[in-house]
Amino acid sequence: MSAIAAAPRQIRLSRRIVSISGWALSGLCLVALSVLMVWILSVVFVRGVGALNFKVLTTITQGSGGGLLNAIEGTLVLSGAALLLAVPFGVAAGIYSAEYRFSSWAITIRFLADVLVGVPSIVIGYFGYVALVQWLGWNFSLAAGAISLAIISLPYICRTTELALRQVSNDLRDAAYSLGANERRVIFGVCLPAALPSILTGVLLALAVSVGETAPLLYTAGWSNFMWDGHLTHSPIAYLTYAIWTFINEPFASANALAYAAALLVTGFVLVINILARFVLERRRLRR
Amino acid sequence: MKFRAWLAIVAGILPLALIAIVAFLAIYSWPAMHFNGFGFVTRDTWRLGNLYANPVVVHGTQIPRGATYGILFLIVGTLLSTAIALLIALPLGVGAAIFLAEVIPDALRTWISFFVELLMAIPSVVFGLWGYVVVIPFLGQHLYPALAHTLGRVIPIFGEPSGSGYGLLTAGVVLSLMIVPIIAATLRDALVSQPSSLREAALGLGATRFEALWKVMLPGTRKTLIGATFLALGRALGETMAVLMVSGNALNILPHRIYDPISTMAAFIVSQLDSALQDPTGLAVRSLAEIAFVLAIISIIVNALARLLLLMWNSNQRSVMV
Repeated sequence: MSAIAAAPRQIRLSRRIVSISGWALSGLCLVALSVLMVWILSVVFVRGVGALNFKVLTTITQGSGGGLLNAIEGTLVLSGAALLLAVPFGVAAGIYSAEYRFSSWAITIRFLADVLVGVPSIVIGYFGYVALVQWLGWNFSLAAGAISLAIISLPYICRTTELALRQVSNDLRDAAYSLGANERRVIFGVCLPAALPSILTGVLLALAVSVGETAPLLYTAGWSNFMWDGHLTHSPIAYLTYAIWTFINEPFASANALAYAAALLVTGFVLVINILARFVLERRRLRR
Repeated sequence: MKFRAWLAIVAGILPLALIAIVAFLAIYSWPAMHFNGFGFVTRDTWRLGNLYANPVVVHGTQIPRGATYGILFLIVGTLLSTAIALLIALPLGVGAAIFLAEVIPDALRTWISFFVELLMAIPSVVFGLWGYVVVIPFLGQHLYPALAHTLGRVIPIFGEPSGSGYGLLTAGVVLSLMIVPIIAATLRDALVSQPSSLREAALGLGATRFEALWKVMLPGTRKTLIGATFLALGRALGETMAVLMVSGNALNILPHRIYDPISTMAAFIVSQLDSALQDPTGLAVRSLAEIAFVLAIISIIVNALARLLLLMWNSNQRSVMV
């Protein structure tokens, strides 16, 4: 490097121009991406803050106005229920594919988890519509929406659990086995606690994904102008992303304002979780 | 041993979910597949038929009189918007990855990468909102007319009329933003983990730093880039909400200019279910399920290919979860 820097005249002008413009172009790409990111965020935040007020947070939707309390509650209930369903199975799948990572079942699970991440959310939503709403006859309901969301979060939870467990040192496992612990004790008593912060981070990221989903809920959860009535099936439930999609298309300023407020709530929530998760992961990475 | 067996069963819910999705869609759409035949993907007319007349029986299937289900225009719309998205996202992502990996110092890299990759976390419907409120007026009123006036004189597909802003190019642009972090993040990781001896060897032979990157480091990450492109492709093919809000939701027409409205398979399922439910024979809803089935199979193939490529080529590297 220094030898080249010491003899710059030996490099032909054309090569230097190509090099400089190459770096400039790549820098421009990064700048463009950052500008677009700032643009999106500023549109969401500026318009969202203008539309957000106490009434929006405390009243329910009425026609094309009112508030978003029903949607906020619905999003929390739907995503919470989805997590309750997805965490046990996702963590189990993650444990299996990390602790028995060379078995063919583990390889299968890992591979299918990666494939399931890539299945479009509308396909999962339509499956929910066909299987749960129609075949099981649940109609638009919390159960149908939450199960669709749970299927979407499963692979995220599985893969983050697996990666978290892989980072647990094998010495720890050896030490536990040599003290006479059985497989169950080693996994639940030693490995899982050691990996818990990373697993929780993964679960939070899965929560962020399900809060931001729209397509799988449109034909499973439906929409309701009222608060959730406590029924698992046969009664539709509201959620924030529906408010964004529907209310921005309406000709009323009050409806558009609700869409901006909903967008701010969803984006803010998703960003906060992602930033928190990043801090946790970064701190753990530096500590190792 | 018993513990392991239990764990294996509980873990099996995940593969089971994937199988259930494919199986349910296949079984549910079977009557539609039987009726539509292979023409489903080669016809460009989606017509629900006369929903108020008595249904007629054709080839043993009850259908509304005059019903035809063809999705060629959706396949074309999906492929074209995805292709445009990749054409924009690939250079943008590669450029950003190069700058992040080679120029930005280590201490800053983590956080700048994180900021750019946050694009991946923004919900699809928020991209749609941004596209609908800001991008469409900007493109439709300023950029597209200008583009049609200049480039349009040379290349016919860019020619007048430049449309309203809803359409193929807008969908491609918004999609490209959603997939560019996948490419940028994966390639940046691959570039950073390239052995520095490669670069030193190239510099020692008299290459400039950029030549070392372009001719030595970047070709070494080619396989990762291909894998990441497949992942991005899979994401773009199935993207729903953002496309739904900016594509113009064309029905039964093929785009002739790059500004023309289109629809994609994923967006069409959302936009058409309400009208499909009016069909008393239920064949329209089953045909939508057939679209979902086709989309599922395509995305499974694309993603499986991507993972297999990434797995075979660099098994020691962490692939980015998307």
